[in-house]
Amino acid sequence: MRNAFAAGTLVAVLAGPVGYALVLRGQSFAGHALAHLGFTGATGAVLLGLPPLWGVIAITALGGAAMGAMGEQQGSQRDVAIGVVLALALGLGVLFLGFFTTSATQATSLLFGNVLGVDAPTLWTLLAITLATLAALAILARPLLFASLQPELAEARGVPLRRIGVLFLALTGLAVAGCVQVVGVLLVFALLVAPAAAARALTPRLLQGATLATALALSQTWCGLALAWFTDWPVSFWISLLSAGTYVAATMLERNRPSPLPLRDGPGRPSPLPLREGPGKG
Amino acid sequence: MIVRFHQATLALGGRPVLSGLDLALHPGELVGLLGPNGAGKTTLLRAILGLVPPSAGTVHVFGRPATRGNPGIGYMPQTRGDTALRLRGRDVLAAGADGHRWGLPWPGPATRRDIDRALELVDATQLADRPMADLSGGERQRLLLAQALLGAPKLLLLDEPLTHLDPAHQAALVALVARLRSELGLAILFGAHDLNPLLGAIDRVLYVAGGRATLGSVDTVVTGPALTALYGTSIEVVRAQGRVFVLPSPAPIQEHAAVPG
Repeated sequence: MRNAFAAGTLVAVLAGPVGYALVLRGQSFAGHALAHLGFTGATGAVLLGLPPLWGVIAITALGGAAMGAMGEQQGSQRDVAIGVVLALALGLGVLFLGFFTTSATQATSLLFGNVLGVDAPTLWTLLAITLATLAALAILARPLLFASLQPELAEARGVPLRRIGVLFLALTGLAVAGCVQVVGVLLVFALLVAPAAAARALTPRLLQGATLATALALSQTWCGLALAWFTDWPVSFWISLLSAGTYVAATMLERNRPSPLPLRDGPGRPSPLPLREGPGKG
Repeated sequence: MIVRFHQATLALGGRPVLSGLDLALHPGELVGLLGPNGAGKTTLLRAILGLVPPSAGTVHVFGRPATRGNPGIGYMPQTRGDTALRLRGRDVLAAGADGHRWGLPWPGPATRRDIDRALELVDATQLADRPMADLSGGERQRLLLAQALLGAPKLLLLDEPLTHLDPAHQAALVALVARLRSELGLAILFGAHDLNPLLGAIDRVLYVAGGRATLGSVDTVVTGPALTALYGTSIEVVRAQGRVFVLPSPAPIQEHAAVPG
């Protein structure tokens, strides 16, 4: 249980900021797809006699970089390309799974996570990818944000959009690999995307948003572990339930929030802008 | 000379968009960049930004060949449809302030002062703490204009900032840009679809059509003969009640004529 708490904490701290940037860029689907790739990586690694986590890390980081390289394409076309690749990856994963004759528990723990089974070496690997990813994200953060919010302007200022996109999705791959250890391939959304989306709904401030995303991911993980302890139900179930609940609550709060400015000039109500001098229009 | 095109051809994907460009912008002048949709206004701006290198001839900015990331140029790209920016304006501005540098996106004191200065210049200080998505079109344009003013540029490139604004807000934004020009001594290239909101504010007009461009005063460029020569089809210019209308000449067989201007 102590290992589980440590692993959950590391992954939540990693998932918060990475997920926030992912949602800001509108690339949550890429995060989902990377998780599916992770399944292939894990089964492939087991086939080769390596720790599954290594396989997940290798394939999600590479897959992320590859998706980033496709980034220039049109949105729907890109989603189809990602979807086709991830279907193929899952198919390969099933093939690899068929080759080794272990019971279905290994597949289940990959698909739905097995945070209670995290051993010391896995914990050290998680610590390493968390530190490395957060350090890289800290270096990348400013141009990443600029490129995400205003790509045309960033390009004009000399920001290498494509390289940033590739690097960021490679980092996302690492964060996904961490999440897979806790909630499994199929539930990565619950840790990576949902807390970040909830944070986006709750605050328009950048620093608060990234911090809140991390705090939500952390509290979901901790509460999920505690609830699993008391009920003996799967941890992943509790985390996904808390995650969905938080997201729904956040969006409802956002919708019910009173408009901060009752007197805004909408397109239907033309009012001249407050200027220091009168409009000198010819 | 702020900007100089010399015998320049601009091409996109091997297809020439504008050719034989010979023009020069002077310091401190406000020039309207006009022309029909797809004529190459954005391409011309991107050439000044160094994003579209000329396939022939030269493009010089501040006396040097145009290169990417020129800190002397402030740029306001065309607004895209998705304005669902849930972040507050101040954070969006800060992200772009030194967005080309590595590191965490927290602005230092100098950057924060620069952001405050730019916001004050466009009277948008109160707007900056609200989510961009909650702002009206005119307010959002003022914030993006503030962003273009970060780093004290000498040249401002505005790509169709009047789109999606009603006439009152168009007039207010043009007045604001004219005021910035006189207060800061900026050279400004103001891209617009329609000449009328700019009349009286601009010094000269840069008209782009038919793969070419011509620069001069409104009275010399926006005339029937001049625009007919530029478009390559017969164009009529009608002036009524202090306004200018650019129309394709009524021809016997002319279906779906592209109405320029």
